[in-house]
Amino acid sequence: MSLRERIGSSVALLAGDKQADRAVPPTGFTARLTVFTSAAMAFLAVFVLALSLTAGRVADRWTEQLAQTSTLRISAPDGQIDAQVRAALRVLETTPGVAGARALSDEEQRALLAPWFGPDLPVESLPIPRLIEITETDGGYDTTGLRARLQAEVPGALLDDHARWRAPLVKAAERLRALGFAAVILIAGATAAMITLAAQAALAANAQVIRVMRLVGAKDSYIAGAFVRRFTLRAFFGSTVGVAVSGVAVWLLPELDVAGGILEGIGLSGAEWLWIAAIPILASVVAFAATRAAALRTLGRHS
Amino acid sequence: MIELERAAYSYGGGELFTDVTLTLAPGSFHFLTGPSGAGKTTLLKLCYGELIATAGHVRLFGENTRKMDRDRIAMNRRRIGVVHQDCQFLDHLPISENVALPLTVAGRSEEADAYLGELLAWVGLTRQAQQLPPELSGGERQRAALARAIILSPDVILADEPTGNIDWEMSQRLLSLLVELNKLGKTVLVATHDMALIRAAKAQISARVLRLKDRKIQAAEVDL
Ligand SMILES: Nc1ncnc2c1ncn2[C@@H]1O[C@H](COP(=O)(O)OP(=O)(O)OP(=O)(O)O)[C@@H](O)[C@H]1O
Ligand SMILES: [Mg+2]
Repeated sequence: MSLRERIGSSVALLAGDKQADRAVPPTGFTARLTVFTSAAMAFLAVFVLALSLTAGRVADRWTEQLAQTSTLRISAPDGQIDAQVRAALRVLETTPGVAGARALSDEEQRALLAPWFGPDLPVESLPIPRLIEITETDGGYDTTGLRARLQAEVPGALLDDHARWRAPLVKAAERLRALGFAAVILIAGATAAMITLAAQAALAANAQVIRVMRLVGAKDSYIAGAFVRRFTLRAFFGSTVGVAVSGVAVWLLPELDVAGGILEGIGLSGAEWLWIAAIPILASVVAFAATRAAALRTLGRHS
Repeated sequence: MIELERAAYSYGGGELFTDVTLTLAPGSFHFLTGPSGAGKTTLLKLCYGELIATAGHVRLFGENTRKMDRDRIAMNRRRIGVVHQDCQFLDHLPISENVALPLTVAGRSEEADAYLGELLAWVGLTRQAQQLPPELSGGERQRAALARAIILSPDVILADEPTGNIDWEMSQRLLSLLVELNKLGKTVLVATHDMALIRAAKAQISARVLRLKDRKIQAAEVDL
C-alpha cells in the first residue's frame, strides 16, 4: 500500500459510518479509562513540555552570554599601570582561545562607574584598576594556564571569568531539556500502552459481536474501524481536556524575573503554545495506531 | 456453487467425517440429516468458510477455501446466506438492525430502507422490528435469522435446523419461504432432523436428501 493510499484509508476509517459504530456496543468502562488516561497524560505532557522548553530557553540565553566576554582587572601603582596593561595585552594575544582583547578607554570606564559615582569622576587621577575586555573563541581558553602566565608576567592582573561559573548550569539546563523531550516520548509510549490494554479489553468484551459481524461478511478492516474510531475520538477528547486544563494552569503560573532574567519563569511563549496544541493530535495518532494494531492482531488470532 | 471434494474434518480427536464429496448445483435443494453430533453443523461451517477442511477440498464459487484470506472469505459470505442453529444476533440492536447487518457491514446500509420493511413483512416480523433479539420467541428469532440470511440476495442459502424450536405450523411457513426462494433460483441446503418437514418439502419440490452417518455422507433412501 502506498503512503497515499494508506493515509486515504486511514481517513476513510476515521470518517467511518454510524451503523458500524452502533454494531459494537459502547463499553463504558474502557471508554472512561481511555478518556481519563488521555487527559492525565496530556496534562503531564504540557507540564513536561513547559519545563523542557523553559530549560531550553535558559540554556540558549546563558550560552549566548557565556560566549561573550571575561574581564581582566589590573591594579598597580600609578607609574606601572600602563606597562602592565601592555604586558597583559601581549600575553593575551599569544593565548590560544582568546579571540581578542581590548583595554577599555577612560570614557568607557567612567560610564561603567557613573551609576555609583556620578558622571564627573576624574578617572585618570584615581587609583582605579584598568579593565581589559577579553573575547573568547568558541572553544574558550584554559583559565588555569592563563592565570599562571599572568601571575608571572603581570603581577597586578586579576582574571574575572564571571560568566564561566554558569557553564555547568548551561549543561544542566540542556540536559533538562533533553530529559523533558525524553519524558514526552515516554508519556506517548505509556499512553499507547494503556490505550492498547483498553482496546484489548474492549475487543475481548466484544468477542461475540465480532463473531456475528464476521458471520455476516464483515472484513477485518471494517470491524477494526469501529474500535479505532472510538478510541481515537476518546483519546482526542480526553487529551483536549487535559491540555486545556494544564494550559490554563501553566498560563497562570507567576512570572519570575530574578537576577535580571538569569532565572526564567516556567511557562510558554509565542510559538511554543503550538507545541501544546499538537498534543491532542499526537494523542489521537497514538490512539489510532495502538488500537488499530491491537484490533488487527486480535482479529488475526480469531480467524 | 459449493463443492466438497473428499472433504474431512476433525476437531482434534478423531475425524468427524471423511471423504465427503458433494456438489450443490445452482438452483438445487438439499436436505442434510443425520443423528445429533454427526457433524451437520460442522459440514455447513465448511461450506461458508468458518472452518477449513482438514483433508480434501472445499470450493466456494470455484475458489478453494484453503487459499482464501479472511477478506476473501468475508466477500464470499456475502454470497452465502446462513441461518445459524443458534441464530447469532447482536443482542443490543433491534431486530430490524440485526436483519440489516449484512448490508451494513457491506457498506450498503442505505439500501436497507428499500427492502427491510418488505422483508420483515414477508417473515411476519413487522410488529417485532424494534424489539431486541432476546425479547423474541424461538420461532421469531429463526424467522429473523432467515430474513438476515437473505437480505443480500445471496446465491446460496444454508439453514441449520431452521425449524429446531418451532411448532409444526410455523415450520411449514418457514419451509414455504425456503421453497419460494429456491423457486427464485437460489441454491438451498437445510440441515434438519425433522423427517416430517422433509416429506412436506418433497411434496412441493424435488429435493435431494443426504444423510451423514458413520463418518460418511450418503443419499438417503427414498421412503425415509
Ligand atoms: N468447536 C468444537 N470443538 C470441538 N468439538 C466440537 C466443536 N464443535 C462441535 N464439536 C463436536 O463435533 C461433533 C459434531 O458437532 P456438530 O455440531 O457438527 O453436530 P450436528 O450434527 O450439527 O449435531 P446437532 O444435530 O445436535 O446439531 C460433536 O460431537 C461436537 O461435540
Ligand atoms: Mg448442528
